Amino acid sequence: MADLRNNFVGVRSPNPFWLASAPPTDKAYNVNRAFEAGWGGVVWKTLGLDPHVVNVSSRYGAVQWNGQRIAGLNNIELITDRPLQVNLDEIRQVKRDWPDRAMVVSLMVPCDEQSWKTILPMVEDTGCDAVELNFGCPHGMSERGMGSAVGQVPEYVEQVARWVKLHSRLPCIVKLTPNITDIRHSARAAFRGGADAVSLINTINSIVSVDLDLMAPTPTVDGKGTHGGYCGPAVKPIALNMVAEIARDSETPNLPISAIGGIGTWRDAAEFMALGAGNVQVCTAAMHYGFRIVDDMIAGLANWMDQKGYRTLEDFRGRAVPNVTDWKFLNLKYDIKALIDQDKCIKCGLCHIACEDTAHQAIRKEKDGKRHFEVDNAECVGCNLCMHVCPVDSCISMVRVDEGGYANWTTHENNPARVKEPA
Amino acid sequence: MPRKDFADIAAARLPAATLAQNFDDVAPPLDRQSALIAAQRCYYCYDAPCIQACPTGIDIPSFIRRITTDNLRGAAQDILGANILGGMCARVCPTEILCEGSCVRNTAESQPVQIGALQRYATDWVFDTDAALFERAAATGRRIAVVGAGPAGLSCAHALARAGHDVTLFDAKPRPGGLNEYGIAEYKVLEFAAREIEWLLGIGGIAWQGGQALGENLHLSDLRRDYDAVFLGLGLAGVNALGVEGEQLAGVRNAVDFIADLRQCDDLSQLPVGRRVVVIGGGNTAIDAAVQSKKLGAESVTLVYRRGSASMSATWAEQEFAKTQGVNVIEWAAPRRILGRDGAVTSMEFEYTQLDESGRLLGTGDLLTLPADSVLKAIGQVLLPPRADGDAGALLEISKGRIVVNAEFETSLRGVWAGGDCVGGKVDLTVQAVEDGKRAARAIHARLVGNGNGGN
Ligand SMILES: Cc1cc2nc3c(=O)[nH]c(=O)nc-3n(C[C@H](O)[C@H](O)[C@H](O)COP(=O)(O)OP(=O)(O)OC[C@H]3O[C@@H](n4cnc5c(N)ncnc54)[C@H](O)[C@@H]3O)c2cc1C
Ligand SMILES: Cc1cc2nc3c(=O)[nH]c(=O)nc-3n(C[C@H](O)[C@H](O)[C@H](O)COP(=O)(O)O)c2cc1C
Ligand code: SF4
Ligand code: SF4
Ligand code: SF4
Repeated sequence: MADLRNNFVGVRSPNPFWLASAPPTDKAYNVNRAFEAGWGGVVWKTLGLDPHVVNVSSRYGAVQWNGQRIAGLNNIELITDRPLQVNLDEIRQVKRDWPDRAMVVSLMVPCDEQSWKTILPMVEDTGCDAVELNFGCPHGMSERGMGSAVGQVPEYVEQVARWVKLHSRLPCIVKLTPNITDIRHSARAAFRGGADAVSLINTINSIVSVDLDLMAPTPTVDGKGTHGGYCGPAVKPIALNMVAEIARDSETPNLPISAIGGIGTWRDAAEFMALGAGNVQVCTAAMHYGFRIVDDMIAGLANWMDQKGYRTLEDFRGRAVPNVTDWKFLNLKYDIKALIDQDKCIKCGLCHIACEDTAHQAIRKEKDGKRHFEVDNAECVGCNLCMHVCPVDSCISMVRVDEGGYANWTTHENNPARVKEPA
Repeated sequence: MPRKDFADIAAARLPAATLAQNFDDVAPPLDRQSALIAAQRCYYCYDAPCIQACPTGIDIPSFIRRITTDNLRGAAQDILGANILGGMCARVCPTEILCEGSCVRNTAESQPVQIGALQRYATDWVFDTDAALFERAAATGRRIAVVGAGPAGLSCAHALARAGHDVTLFDAKPRPGGLNEYGIAEYKVLEFAAREIEWLLGIGGIAWQGGQALGENLHLSDLRRDYDAVFLGLGLAGVNALGVEGEQLAGVRNAVDFIADLRQCDDLSQLPVGRRVVVIGGGNTAIDAAVQSKKLGAESVTLVYRRGSASMSATWAEQEFAKTQGVNVIEWAAPRRILGRDGAVTSMEFEYTQLDESGRLLGTGDLLTLPADSVLKAIGQVLLPPRADGDAGALLEISKGRIVVNAEFETSLRGVWAGGDCVGGKVDLTVQAVEDGKRAARAIHARLVGNGNGGN
């Protein structure tokens, strides 16, 4: 039976599934329920200095896609809107009641040493396991010089990480904002500042939709809207790439990563961990379906690990990292062709029209005067488009046809900067 | 209610509330959410098989996609642009043998996209908002007589009016609609038929003339003289006789007459129905007469067909529906005679049948007698050809009981077109009649204005 126990920068939890700092971890009531449901840990909703912030009414917007009510979610909430002491008292109590679960406290205070020096001992006093620095919140707080306003400047990230390590003995996780051009610079800054780990991604700056009657972005607050933070299933691909970029960056070797962004299933979690993440955090999926989803995440991951023969999380963590490479190293001799399984084909014609209009005119739509879809290998470049548009599971497969060998762009004759021997 | 030994035909067999429930919408409309879910199942096929299967060629993937974007006006334009009675067809088409029967989602899942229900969702919007989707082209000054205001005539009249011609729409009946108004089952259409026609005539340029029967107070030769073109959408106004003893007994009726009474009845608790009903036939009419008898409160309804269910012209879905409604179906039994007392039917005798090696239907000699207060005959409608009226050689060519037309729907009489059940090209369905009327209108328009000098 797979062992799901997780040790992330010394913080132990019975499984690698944490709830991200957000409404699900807003107060003792929620967190108790989450632990009852089986979550391995939480990152408490971000604390700030008193006086606490206030929130507006009308806070979330959603992208609905093809029947999915929440393909992506955006929010304009700020950090906790309760007094600091109330949160600290509850954190202490919950940690005492659930000693085996990870209790990480998220923090966001102004970008000066004194503020950090003030809040860190108070937090440490609760008995929590680690702190997470929220450098990510892209709305509201950033207007006040916090959140992503800090996270977007590597020098600030490094500076604050250093203050935190100086004034606290707790492990320090720096939560990164994706609202930058190259995530590696933020991660390197955290690394230089002495952070124990990074977590990512926080939400992405967004406007999810425009209400065409009100002529205002949603969510709309009395006729006006503002950009918010985007999360949920739609952001997973962006998060995966950012995690992979950090995992394979030689300037941040072995920097632990807590992955966040669009995670809702054990499979999502396994993918992030295969790309090097030490554990994962979840927000939107829990907000969509409640805490009970962790049930399948635990059972599903364990079953998959058993099936694959992985005993511990470390057995598969990072296994996909060596296979993430640069385009220029991809094998140009590799060649695949689409193959339609005629027994499965329902003759919808989608593969034909996709290839005909937008790819390589490689799918014929007729045979002997009858509706029939077949690939012309001579024209097919193996782009995969038809396989993706085909509505029938595994009806179109991509079949390898090359005769082996390896050659890449670095030596290709069309490359003006080519070299003699492949890099 | 007291039972009689025979001739037990009475109204109000069920309380008014039960009747109202029984005749309520058999397939209630989709609301927005269910419509979106249903619409999202459509794959938006390329050169979609469902389009090929629709006699009017509605661009189904396109209208369904428009539903998903809340572009209901656009969806309705797709539908009604191809089929002006798309609202009616959404309710009455046997989709299981048409569009839905060809949907690619049958292949792996046996669960087609609900095209009919979605078509209704999009077209209901038109009638709810009274949207005008079509405008008339500039007046051409041409006049066209359309005789028969069923689906074929209505479709033809609308297309011609839209093209700028002036149409006079004649029908023997007091109200337009043909079988939409007098034939289709009540629970499929409720008050919709009249509403749809009101909307359709709203385009203008169509003058309605009820109570005008061709061959009686209306004559083809006059029409040919007075109009630039004539379209006949006469349907099948006659009924096949059984040709067995006892057919004249009280209580023996044509199913279509029973249905017409039902459709025109304002208060169903006033409509008499037999206690024990026997329906003869295997088509739509038989099914509808049987089901509606049951819904009116008949104690037993037995549908008897002389061959097996596979030969019935009613689709399997309609047969299933009749059974779930409590209709008892007996196959392989042919009518022998109707028995009576005091001039009224008491029972009906059948002989069991089978096919011989060469596929001919033969009686087995075994008899079956069913007690009956009411016998409804539904063994097929036939063309009542308009009587020839002096016009030299004006005899319409008729073959196998249908008016003969060419590929352009023109009859043997130049300048006279025909379509719908009275020509019976493919299937006797509302949707086919609409297509015929549409094509005939196209041909008429081409004749009148297409070649510059027009007319005949
Ligand atoms: C009981 C029943 C149920 C049916 N159910 C369905 C169904 O569920 N779905 C489906 O698709 N189809 C159904 N059908 C078939 C469908 O109704 C017909 O195919 C369709 O109505 C044919 O249209 P039409 O315009 O050709 O003829 P009709 O609808 O029959 O219209 C012909 C019109 O011409 C008029 N007319 C006839 N002779 C003359 C004359 N000499 N002078 C003036 N006017 C004349 C008639 O009064 C009538 O109004 C059903 C038919 C019946 C009988
Ligand atoms: C309503 C809402 C409030 C959030 N508040 C915080 C916060 O206070 N601190 C923080 O670090 N992240 C906050 N987040 C970001 C989440 O912790 C997480 O990084 C992000 O939602 C991506 O994960 P997901 O796709 O699983 O939702 C918030 C997200 C949401 C939806
Ligand atoms: S893989 Fe690409 S090129 Fe080949 S048939 Fe499919 S769509 Fe066309
Ligand atoms: S997309 Fe798939 S199911 Fe549709 S025609 Fe192509 S191969 Fe067949
Ligand atoms: S065949 Fe079915 S899935 Fe394809 S376009 Fe038609 S309704 Fe949609």
